[in-house]
Amino acid sequence: MNRERATLRVYGLHAAVLAVLFLLQFILPAYHHGVLARVMVLAVFAMGYNLLFGYTGLLSLGHAMFFSAGLYGAGLAIDHWGLGVGPGFVAGLASGALLALVIGLLALRTTGVAFMIVTMMFAQVLYLATLYFATWTRGDEGFVLPQAVRQLNAGGFHFDLTDPTTRYMAAFLLFSIVLVGTLLIVRSAHGRVLIAIRENEERVRMLGYDAFANKLAAVVVSGVICASAGAAYAILFGYVGSTFASVQYSILPLLWVLLGGAATALGPMIGTLFMYYVVDITSAYTSAYLLFVGLALVLLVLFFPKGLLGTVRDRWVQWLP
Amino acid sequence: MTPLLTTTNLGRSFGGLHAVRGVNFEVMPGEIRAIIGPNGAGKTTFVNLICGRIEPSSGTVVFDGEDITSMPAHERVRRGIAYTFQITSVFANLTAYENVALSVQRRMIDRKEDRTPRRRAAGLHRGVLEALQRTGLSDRHSTPAGSLSYGHQRLLEVAMGLALKPRLLILDEPTQGLSDGEIENFISLVREIGEETTVLLIEHNMPVVMALAERITVLNAGRILAEGTPDEVRNNIEVQNAYLGTPVDA
Repeated sequence: MNRERATLRVYGLHAAVLAVLFLLQFILPAYHHGVLARVMVLAVFAMGYNLLFGYTGLLSLGHAMFFSAGLYGAGLAIDHWGLGVGPGFVAGLASGALLALVIGLLALRTTGVAFMIVTMMFAQVLYLATLYFATWTRGDEGFVLPQAVRQLNAGGFHFDLTDPTTRYMAAFLLFSIVLVGTLLIVRSAHGRVLIAIRENEERVRMLGYDAFANKLAAVVVSGVICASAGAAYAILFGYVGSTFASVQYSILPLLWVLLGGAATALGPMIGTLFMYYVVDITSAYTSAYLLFVGLALVLLVLFFPKGLLGTVRDRWVQWLP
Repeated sequence: MTPLLTTTNLGRSFGGLHAVRGVNFEVMPGEIRAIIGPNGAGKTTFVNLICGRIEPSSGTVVFDGEDITSMPAHERVRRGIAYTFQITSVFANLTAYENVALSVQRRMIDRKEDRTPRRRAAGLHRGVLEALQRTGLSDRHSTPAGSLSYGHQRLLEVAMGLALKPRLLILDEPTQGLSDGEIENFISLVREIGEETTVLLIEHNMPVVMALAERITVLNAGRILAEGTPDEVRNNIEVQNAYLGTPVDA
């Protein structure tokens, strides 16, 4: 049937993308190998953001708090409680889920600009808290998770998560799970409701859906995904610092998603990769690299107003999820 | 027979304006009821009170024996009250198919139909096609709703209401802005719908009301002015003065 073939095509494309990412580790030089591992983790952050911003239409300016909830949740638990990497990761997820639930309940009482401001304020609170409790977090300076604790023992196997190959595989695994997960969510009944909320919330209500409950679910899932990126970042790259809680890290996922294409499954990855390399390459030549970032953004807005994949979908391949 | 819907002393004021006041109203299961009245009579406010988009200042709403006065709108939809918007309110960027799918999946979730994923997908597909076919939109299923003609958007509204398989379908000025040909089709569609569900029709177009309604309620200045069969209402002097204009023989 036509509809089933369309589904097959969508999953085929994503499987192919994942296969390419898997194979890239064998051919990339060491430096780019490391970059790609980092980009995949950050792309998970972007995908979590995309679920709320792109699909549900809620523009949050405070997603750094969910990333850093995962980052600190995992980092502090490992550093201070001596938890292993696995339980530490779960602690990161739990922090993100709890925070997202509380923030969702409060912030979703507002909409539009007020929602942006409220989320931003809460993120600032968390940022200042990471500075205030410097006894544990070491504030701005942050702390490093030593190589000795970044080891995973599972099912009789030992994984050294500081080893580039293992790290790449761990990042790839997380990326794959989140990519497939978000794809399943946005194509599910719940995802259809989220998209409809973005389009016309009042109409959704009059079709019998509890808009608030659906939005709250989206905030929590988005928060957990972003926290998973934060927790993975702490464990894989070993550094936990308050920069990640600053407003810059709330704006970045927005830019990544806008660049790659809001409400596209692969857009966040493309946006993150693109932005990372623009910064990486230009900062080698000049300290005014933000100038080039700005230029890239202007060009994108001019020629790809809906982001790279969003515009590609509009013009050429409508079936792109 | 017990009424499907009863409102008792229902009222709503906006500041000093009493949009609806003290309305006692009953709809029997299976009937097609029209609500008419001049502009500003409170028709839309009244149905918004029924479907829960606004809260009443006084009175109660009972649906199928259950007091739903303080129930949020989305819960009422699940109980079987569907509302189609007066101002077309489809999801402009989604296809006609996706628009209707939202209704069909709501119904399937509520009635716990088709548990396995494959059967659920098939059931959804079937339900959407059926609603599109009944409203004559089958060949436009993949058109974005915003690109449909106005008349088709109105039909899509009805398809979305219909796909919920409601027990009470509220149509708020459905023929507004339609051409004569489209109105003809619309009348036969509503007549067909009326055979399986209760319909509450708010309408300005008198020929449509006379063709469809079994009973008519006339609202004026937030109150019920008259109620009865089309003939009774047509011959009611007060109604003629308030709404239909001067009598023919005057």
